[in-house]
Amino acid sequence: MGALTQTATDVRKTQTNGSRKKWRPVKDQSKFEAQLDPGFAAEIAAEVEGGELLHQCIQCGTCSAVCPLSAYMDLTPRRLIAMTRAGVRDDVLHSVTPWACTSCYACTVECPKRIPITDIMHALRRISMRETTYPRRFITPVMTRAFVDMITDRGRSTESWISLKLYLKTRPTELLKNIPVGSRLMRQGRLGLRRESIEGREDLRTMLEAMSR
Amino acid sequence: MTATRYTYYPGCSGKGVGRAYEESLLTVFEHLGAGLDELDDWNCCGATAWPSVDEDQANALAARNLALTEQRTPGAGPVDLVAACTGCYRALVRAEHVLGERGPAAQKIGGGLASIGLDYEGRARARHPLDILVNEIGLDAISAAVVRPLTGLKVASYYGCLLVRPFATFDDQWNPTSMDRLVAAIGAEPVDWPLKTRCCGGSCYCGGPVIGVMPEATMQLSYALLREATKRGAEMIVTICPLCQFNMEGFQDRMSKRFNHPLDVPVAFISQLVGIALGIDEKALGIKRLLRWRLPERDPIAAGVGSAAEGGGDARA
Repeated sequence: MGALTQTATDVRKTQTNGSRKKWRPVKDQSKFEAQLDPGFAAEIAAEVEGGELLHQCIQCGTCSAVCPLSAYMDLTPRRLIAMTRAGVRDDVLHSVTPWACTSCYACTVECPKRIPITDIMHALRRISMRETTYPRRFITPVMTRAFVDMITDRGRSTESWISLKLYLKTRPTELLKNIPVGSRLMRQGRLGLRRESIEGREDLRTMLEAMSR
Repeated sequence: MTATRYTYYPGCSGKGVGRAYEESLLTVFEHLGAGLDELDDWNCCGATAWPSVDEDQANALAARNLALTEQRTPGAGPVDLVAACTGCYRALVRAEHVLGERGPAAQKIGGGLASIGLDYEGRARARHPLDILVNEIGLDAISAAVVRPLTGLKVASYYGCLLVRPFATFDDQWNPTSMDRLVAAIGAEPVDWPLKTRCCGGSCYCGGPVIGVMPEATMQLSYALLREATKRGAEMIVTICPLCQFNMEGFQDRMSKRFNHPLDVPVAFISQLVGIALGIDEKALGIKRLLRWRLPERDPIAAGVGSAAEGGGDARA
């Protein structure tokens, strides 16, 4: 069981992306106090309901302990919260942490101060999407975009199309590895190429547009 | 048993990777006298990916389905929307909560719905099929309907993350037991294990390793589950989420190689196992769609019932 004896740092160094190309780790971008953004915590608090609880964080580290993916993050959730509060805006927004989050809500539920950490992760994702600071070689942002585009267009997602699109866009060679599983699923009728879509496509678009105004 | 009919929300996975889940749910519910009618023109719930772009829009997507449910069932009383996929279930419950608070977000979502002539009154509520099976249909009714008790089959119930987090609606947040009780009701033996609600790594990836966002992390997480369950003697894992099911089932070959630990554990949907116990034909339960499926030899389904009918001896020996 060699994998389990690896240290978190080893894992972080080699396997975070799963692809052969490694994502560029955050290189402490904020070096001087003048670079801090004291309004950052308030910005997050405005984005998330209950986000102002951020200021009550006691840095106990429960979130990092329960997070199933903290070994794959460059900043652990605890550290991310501390940095958000301190206003280290650039580093936080360039971090892969929010993108590695699987939204399993373990941190939110366990937090003794009831800080909505998962929702804060989502808020950080939104901001880094808007400001295009998300990690370039990380796949989650690409996937999120592809998913949202597909739903906006058709109202439902089709797993086969979305995964095909992603593989072609990010790692075409990996696609070959997954042919055995993919073809088995297809034979069993679990992965069809027919694209799902709804009748109220226009309605859906109207609704989304009405809300983005 | 009264013939109740529920509005049913399959979710995108119910039409794809989780087709067996949908098939078995529909059959089992029908068998137990509670039909599921698919909601017309339902749309994606927004999953956990949409909040990364716009939270209000994500809730509005879910709310459209709730509003359509209300439109479908006029009246004043509450109306249930049975959401099969746990991801969808959480998204729908979330939208319910946000709209129920009547804050600025709710107003914005209401405006979006109004622009397409819909309105959410607050009558529709999302329910999980497990909730319906255990708390509405009832364990007594289910065990009374069992014709092939799965005696001796050791089953680990895996609940996944989003069924109880962040909203624990009908079960305990830290130690949910409804699926274990259901497993016991059909005669099988629930395996007690601590990873019932630990993340399988697939939830936010909308298809997990299919898409392969972080294959290594995903494999580590699902391997931990499989290893713990088998260590505790589980012969099968049952789950209620299409993504968890696929994540744990589909990559056992790769995991065996990666972790040097031969793995071959069937991972089925709870509805399939209940269906087997109720004596429903395997085809109607989508058993064939599973990548691995077997019931142990000593099981009365394989040996007992058939030979007993023929007057044979104790085939279990």
